[in-house]
Amino acid sequence: MEFPKDFKYTKEHEWIKVEGNIATVGITDYAQDSLGDVVYVELPQEGGTVTKNEPFGVVESVKAVSDLYSPVSGNVTEVNDAIIDSPEAINEDPYGDAWMIKVEISSADDLGDLLSAEDYQKFIEEEK
Amino acid sequence: MTIDGAKGLIMDEPLIFERNSEGRSGVLPAPCDVPEADLESLIPKSLLRDGAAGFPEVSEIDAVRHYTRLSQWNFGVDTGFYPLGSCTMKYNPKVNEAVSRLEGFTMLHPYQPEALAQGALRLMHELEAYLCEISGMDAVTLQPSAGAHGELCGLLMIAAYFKDRKRPRHKVIIPDTAHGTNPASSHLAGFKVVPVKSEGKGVLSASAIEAVMDEDTAALMLTNPNTLGLFERNIKEIAAIVHKKGGFVYCDGANLNAVMGLAKLGDLGVDVVQLNLHKTFSTPHGGGGPGSGPVGVRKALEPYLPAPRIRKAGKKYSLVYDRPRTIGRLKAFYGNFSIMVRAYSYIRRMGGEGLKRASIVAILNANYMKERLKDTLSLAFDEPCMHECVFSDKLQAENGVTTMDMAKRLIDYGFHPPTVYFPLVVPGAIMVEPTETETLETLDSFIEAVKKIDAEAKASPELLKNAPLNTKVRRVDETRAAREPVLRWKG
Repeated sequence: MEFPKDFKYTKEHEWIKVEGNIATVGITDYAQDSLGDVVYVELPQEGGTVTKNEPFGVVESVKAVSDLYSPVSGNVTEVNDAIIDSPEAINEDPYGDAWMIKVEISSADDLGDLLSAEDYQKFIEEEK
Repeated sequence: MTIDGAKGLIMDEPLIFERNSEGRSGVLPAPCDVPEADLESLIPKSLLRDGAAGFPEVSEIDAVRHYTRLSQWNFGVDTGFYPLGSCTMKYNPKVNEAVSRLEGFTMLHPYQPEALAQGALRLMHELEAYLCEISGMDAVTLQPSAGAHGELCGLLMIAAYFKDRKRPRHKVIIPDTAHGTNPASSHLAGFKVVPVKSEGKGVLSASAIEAVMDEDTAALMLTNPNTLGLFERNIKEIAAIVHKKGGFVYCDGANLNAVMGLAKLGDLGVDVVQLNLHKTFSTPHGGGGPGSGPVGVRKALEPYLPAPRIRKAGKKYSLVYDRPRTIGRLKAFYGNFSIMVRAYSYIRRMGGEGLKRASIVAILNANYMKERLKDTLSLAFDEPCMHECVFSDKLQAENGVTTMDMAKRLIDYGFHPPTVYFPLVVPGAIMVEPTETETLETLDSFIEAVKKIDAEAKASPELLKNAPLNTKVRRVDETRAAREPVLRWKG
């Protein structure tokens, strides 16, 4: 299982990649593996806002329905509509094709408590 | 020991539309003895179909065989062991079905004058009293038509209570061992959900509630026993914390099958509870209803109960609509009446001691299952359980075998799989609820089957990957079914 080193992670199993003040958000390889085949995903509208630690969408697999939690607060600048039609991308390429939203970060303070790849891996080991 | 699952002859059957043969008919209508009229002279053209409705034209025996064959493909609690338990369908004694079909009940019209429906009103009034006694509440409404409907009813009453006092509250605390409907109902009632994690041994701690309870919190919503099948043993202490800040304790009564007759939720500090008559009180509901989710409340919330209420004055029963503080009506007429009849009949047949014994045996059966299987399946929490116990696929995972594979293989042995992948707090959960009606022999044969499946998981995991093998339809592609649903016949 892979956890790109230049990404940050949350305990709710989202990843976040920060470039300038834009954050790209998706769910981790571990999350997609635990969920099993993803069959449905619900994402916010472009132009909407998301709040740190609050649900921004829903992902549904054959096993369960889970909320997606935003790692940062800010405006949604882009939404990956392609995965709504082909949710299997979340299983196939969670860090690439299956990015979910891009957020204009409102406060850099939000990044402070995010986990590094190493810490996230430790966290999921403990959770098992 | 006999294992029930065995392969026999299963008749195939196409869709009834595929049996269609134009002009074929099951019945020969009598010759028309009234003058024929042109349809368009009777009904406006705009309301008429352009073409025939497309009903299948088949012979009588083809229609009979069609539905008989389909019925043989079913698996229900009358066919075999069904360890989904009261959550989905426990065995419901047939006598209660018979009582609910008495003509005096089935022929009632909802607009029948009160004077001619005294028996029905009396039954409802007495059922309310029984449910008050069982739950330890002061008043009960029978109106909500299912569990989640009852949750919404309870939460709307709580919201109305605070609004009435000009101090609306905005939050509801919900532990991670709650039913998924709890947060959904809270949202619908306009509350913000504050999630709380159960700690250590799968139950809520007082300190976890203390940390989040405040004066903007309207209620704590918990299930007891919780979805792990564990009794929330700190409930009294937790209720005191909630009450101290002026909040209410809502208990989801979906798991009442473990506590009826043993503990009154009111004595434990609960202020509002919905009772799922279709889970605990003898109504089949596996097919999606109708259900019934009466809600019991303490006196403080009584003015907010849905209208109408049933009043008894002397020997006369009547419906009271004049309820200025009611949250209103939740259901056409008075709720799902025939479900109330089944519950009434069940309670009267069982009696107080019988209900208590049902809970005790339900708990005993689940603990037996837990002890006999805990070396075979990984136990989520090695604690005495209530009416259900939760395992996982942790031990079988080493051979690449998942909960789903084992569930599918159980079908080959003639058992309906238990609840899988729920509760969410246990990854790969397998939740077994045997209920009170199953015999020791049935429990043993299920245990035997699980042990065989465990042996298969080690010896030939690919066998499990392909299961079920004995069924008419082999493993279905659930992912594709969800991603590309085909919801319409080609016609």
